[in-house]
Amino acid sequence: MKTRDATRFAFDALRGYRTRTLLMLLAMSIGVASVLVLTSLGEAARRYVTGEFSSLGTNLIIVLPGKSETSGGSPSLLGGTTRDLTLNDALAVSRSALINHMAPLIIGSAPVSVKNLQRDVMVVGSTSSLLDVRQWRLGKGRFLPETDITRARFVTVLGSTLKQELFGAKNALGEWVRIGDRRFRVIGIMAAQGRSFDIDVENVAFVPVAAAQMLFNTQSLFRILLDTRSRESIPRAIAFIKHTLRERHQGEEDVTLITQDAVLATFDKILRALTLTVAGIAAISLAVAGILIMNVMLVAVSQRTTEIGLLKALGVPQRQIIRLFMTEAALLSGMGAGLGLLVGQTVSSVIGYFYPALPLGTPWWAFLAAIGVALGTGLLFSLLPARRAAQLDPVQALARR
Amino acid sequence: MIRLTDIQRDFQVGDQQVHALRDINLQVAAGEYISIMGPSGSGKSTLLNMIGLLDQPTAGHYQLDGQDVTTLSDEQQARTRREKIGFVFQFFHLVPRLTAAQNIALPLMLAGMPEKQRNQKVQMALQQMGIADRAGHRPDQLSGGQRQRVAIARATVIGPAVLLADEPTGNLDSAAGTEVVKILEQLNANGLTLLVVTHDETLGKRARRRIHMIDGAIEHDTLLQNHTPPASP
Repeated sequence: MKTRDATRFAFDALRGYRTRTLLMLLAMSIGVASVLVLTSLGEAARRYVTGEFSSLGTNLIIVLPGKSETSGGSPSLLGGTTRDLTLNDALAVSRSALINHMAPLIIGSAPVSVKNLQRDVMVVGSTSSLLDVRQWRLGKGRFLPETDITRARFVTVLGSTLKQELFGAKNALGEWVRIGDRRFRVIGIMAAQGRSFDIDVENVAFVPVAAAQMLFNTQSLFRILLDTRSRESIPRAIAFIKHTLRERHQGEEDVTLITQDAVLATFDKILRALTLTVAGIAAISLAVAGILIMNVMLVAVSQRTTEIGLLKALGVPQRQIIRLFMTEAALLSGMGAGLGLLVGQTVSSVIGYFYPALPLGTPWWAFLAAIGVALGTGLLFSLLPARRAAQLDPVQALARR
Repeated sequence: MIRLTDIQRDFQVGDQQVHALRDINLQVAAGEYISIMGPSGSGKSTLLNMIGLLDQPTAGHYQLDGQDVTTLSDEQQARTRREKIGFVFQFFHLVPRLTAAQNIALPLMLAGMPEKQRNQKVQMALQQMGIADRAGHRPDQLSGGQRQRVAIARATVIGPAVLLADEPTGNLDSAAGTEVVKILEQLNANGLTLLVVTHDETLGKRARRRIHMIDGAIEHDTLLQNHTPPASP
C-alpha cells in the first residue's frame, strides 16, 4: 500500500467520524497551546528579571557591611559585632588597578522642599561614578562633581518625577532646595527611565556622599559598588577587596561581597527551573490528551470491527492494519499540534498586546517539545488500539453486522 | 486446486468442546461451481472461512495450488488471500464512508497499485456489473442488489482464482437475488472457481456439484454429469 493512499484512507476515516475527530483535535490543541503559552510566560519572567539585573552593570561587585552566613545557628556574642564600612575603606579598595569605578552608597529618607512644597523621598549619597556603575542616564545639567569625595558640597541631582513635583515645568537648574536641615543647589536632572530594580530613579535626590554623611549624621556606608575593568578580573578583584578590608578591620572578614554574575546565574537558574516546571505541568494535559486518544481509538476499533474484518478478508496483513491506525493517530496528533501552535501563538500575542512590558517569546525548544510530545503521546497511546485491531479474529469481526 | 485433507476445527465454548468440522476431505478443481448446503451450525460457513484462510484448522492439511497454506505466516497468508481468493458476504460489508468506486478500488489500493491503473480497472468492473452510473454513490445510497454487485466487483477486481460466497442472496429480494446469481454464474462461466454457501434450495441446486453438510461433516458430495442450470433461477 502506498503512503499517499494510506494517508488518504486514514484521513477519510477521520472525516467519517467527525465528532470524535474534533474532540481529539480539541484535546490535543489545548495541550499543545497550554505548553506553549506557559513556557512563553515563564521565559518572559526569566528574561524580565535577567534584563533588570543586567541593567545593574555587568562587572559589578557589591560590598555589604556584615558577614552573612548561610550556616544558620545563633550569632555568637563575642564575634557578632560588625564594623562599619567607611569612606576610607571605599577609597582603599578603589586603589586597585582592577577597579574601574567605585561608588560608595549612603541611602536614607529625608524631606525635600522648595518653598512650601515638600516631598519625603529617598536621598542617595554617592559620587560621580554612580552614573557609570549603574548605567543611568542624565537628563539635564551635570551629575555629582568629580572632586575629593571626602569634601561635602551641597549640590543635588533630582529624579525626573521629583523635579516635576517640586518645580513643575519651570527650570530647576541652579535653584535651591532644602533637604533635611540643609540647602542644596540643583545641578542636574535625571532622565526619565523608570524603576531600576532597587531604586526608583525618578523619585530620588542624589547628593555627594560626604554631604549625605552630614545629613544623616553617620560615617558608615550602606554599600560600596565597584565596577571592574573586565569580567575576567572579577575573581582577582574580589580577593583584593577581601584582603584589603580584612587588614583594615583588624584581621576580621566582616563584609559580604555579591557579584552581579552570581546573582544573575542564581535567578536565571531558578526561573528556568520554574519555566520547566510549568511546562511539565502543562505537558500533563498532553498526556491526558494522549490517554483520550487511546480511549477514542479503542472505541474506533470496536466501531469499525467489521471494516477491520473486511480488510483482513481482502488480504491486509496485521502489520499494515497497525500502520493504518497509526497513520490515523499521527494525522490526528499532527493536526492537533498544528492547531495548538496556532492557538498558543494567538494567546501569546493577545497577552503581549495587553502586557507590552513582558518580553514574551516562546523558546525554540518549547515548540519542539510540544510537537514532539503531541506526536509521541498520540502514537504511543495508539499502539495498543492498533495492535488490538490487528489481532482481531476476522471470522468473528465479520460475523457482526 | 484446493485439497483439504483430514481437516478438523474445534471450538472451545465454555467447558465444552465443539467440533465445527470433522475429518473433512475435499478436492476442488479449477473452474468448478459448488454449492455447500446444510442446516444452521452444520459448519458450512466455517468450511468456507477455512478455504478462505480466515480460519485455521485445528488439525489437517490444506493445499492451495499445490502449496501447504496452513503453515504460512500471517503476512504470507494475507498475500495469498489477496491474490487468489475473493469473498462475497451476506451483509455486503462495504465501507460506509467510501463510494462504490472507492470500495471496489480498496483491494487494488491495499495491494499498492498506482491510482491511474486502479481507476481503469474499477471502471471496467463497474461496467461489467452494470452499475457504472452508481460509481460516486455511497453504500447507503444504493439498493441491496447494487450493494452486492459492488461487493462482487470488489471481490473479483484483483482477478482471484476462487470466489467464496456466503449466502450471497440471503439479504436480497428475489429479483435482486436473481441478478446477483446471474453475475456469479457468469463469472464462473469465465473460469472462476465458485463456492456458494446457501440455505436456499433453488440456488443450491443450480450448482453442478452439491455438498451437503451435517454436524461438521460432509454428508453427500454429488457431482452431476451434463448438468446445465435452468436459464432463470
